[in-house]
Amino acid sequence: MLTKEEISRYSRHLLLPEVGKKGQEKLKSSRVLVIGAGGLGCPALLYLAAAGIGKIGIVDGDVVDETNLQRQILFDDTDIGKSKAEIVKQKLQKQNPFIVIDTFYTKLTVGNTLGIFADYDIIIDGTDNFSTRYMVSDASCLLNKVLISGSLFRFQGQLSVFNFPVGKGPTYRCLFSSPPTFAQAPDCSATGVIGTLPGTIGTMMANEAIKLITGAGEILSGKLLVADMLTMNFQKIEFERNPEVIKSIPSSEEKFRKMNYEMV
Amino acid sequence: MSIEIKFFGSLADIVGSNEMHLQNVSDTDSLLEKIISDFPKLNGYSFVLAVNRKIITVNQMLKTGDVVAFLPPFAGG
Repeated sequence: MLTKEEISRYSRHLLLPEVGKKGQEKLKSSRVLVIGAGGLGCPALLYLAAAGIGKIGIVDGDVVDETNLQRQILFDDTDIGKSKAEIVKQKLQKQNPFIVIDTFYTKLTVGNTLGIFADYDIIIDGTDNFSTRYMVSDASCLLNKVLISGSLFRFQGQLSVFNFPVGKGPTYRCLFSSPPTFAQAPDCSATGVIGTLPGTIGTMMANEAIKLITGAGEILSGKLLVADMLTMNFQKIEFERNPEVIKSIPSSEEKFRKMNYEMV
Repeated sequence: MSIEIKFFGSLADIVGSNEMHLQNVSDTDSLLEKIISDFPKLNGYSFVLAVNRKIITVNQMLKTGDVVAFLPPFAGG
């Protein structure tokens, strides 16, 4: 149930036939976990909080660095050296006091991932490395969670929703079956990234989460959105679930904990 | 018989261009072989191929006007 204050706060959502009171109540009772409070995580988190997602989890083991400020819009100069997860919690709680925010000031490992994921319905991956991306994807499949994944390269972004419908939709591994080496696919610190790109992709990640929760529109499942901010070409590339690849996903918690994702 | 080829992410750096046109390639296997022999550095890079915006997992015949995209995964976030 929405309180009087919430009805007023979310009035612009309540006016939308695709959201309405029912949709807003679903947002309120939903639980979304964001991995990485970086370029993608910051805008995604801001919009999720503003939208009234009832419980938001933030996983990030890093502190704010001055090179983050060009694109990680939740941080300012005075935050340098402080825990990203903690700063984000403070700022989001100020933005929306009606929601619950949990922080995990830690790096994800095969030991802690399943425990952290268990309390959430939707996982949002905004990490900056392949080891974590494959681990997050496998954990999402194992625990039957939908995964919204975004990634960046300079002026180009990729976005897709994996494992939707749960247990039926294509996964990250169906798209890219095995991790490349670091030299082949370096992160933003090695290649550079335009600040507005994570702003765009991260916002769309939050949008997919809102659609998943409210049931509005079409989900970007089985499709990879490839966005080029230089040409403004946005295209959707179709792909399918690959049963052979699915077999390589650990099928039990025990098998997951024995996986080595540090291969890159 | 011209095929349009697009390179995304770091693959464009290796090829030195975002796109090119090739003639006389009948299928994706021969296209891949030609591209890798022209740009041997691509060998070992991780990427998938999409023909006309659909990712392929097996060899596919190509016809004039087809667009083939070389798509690597991105790490950045």
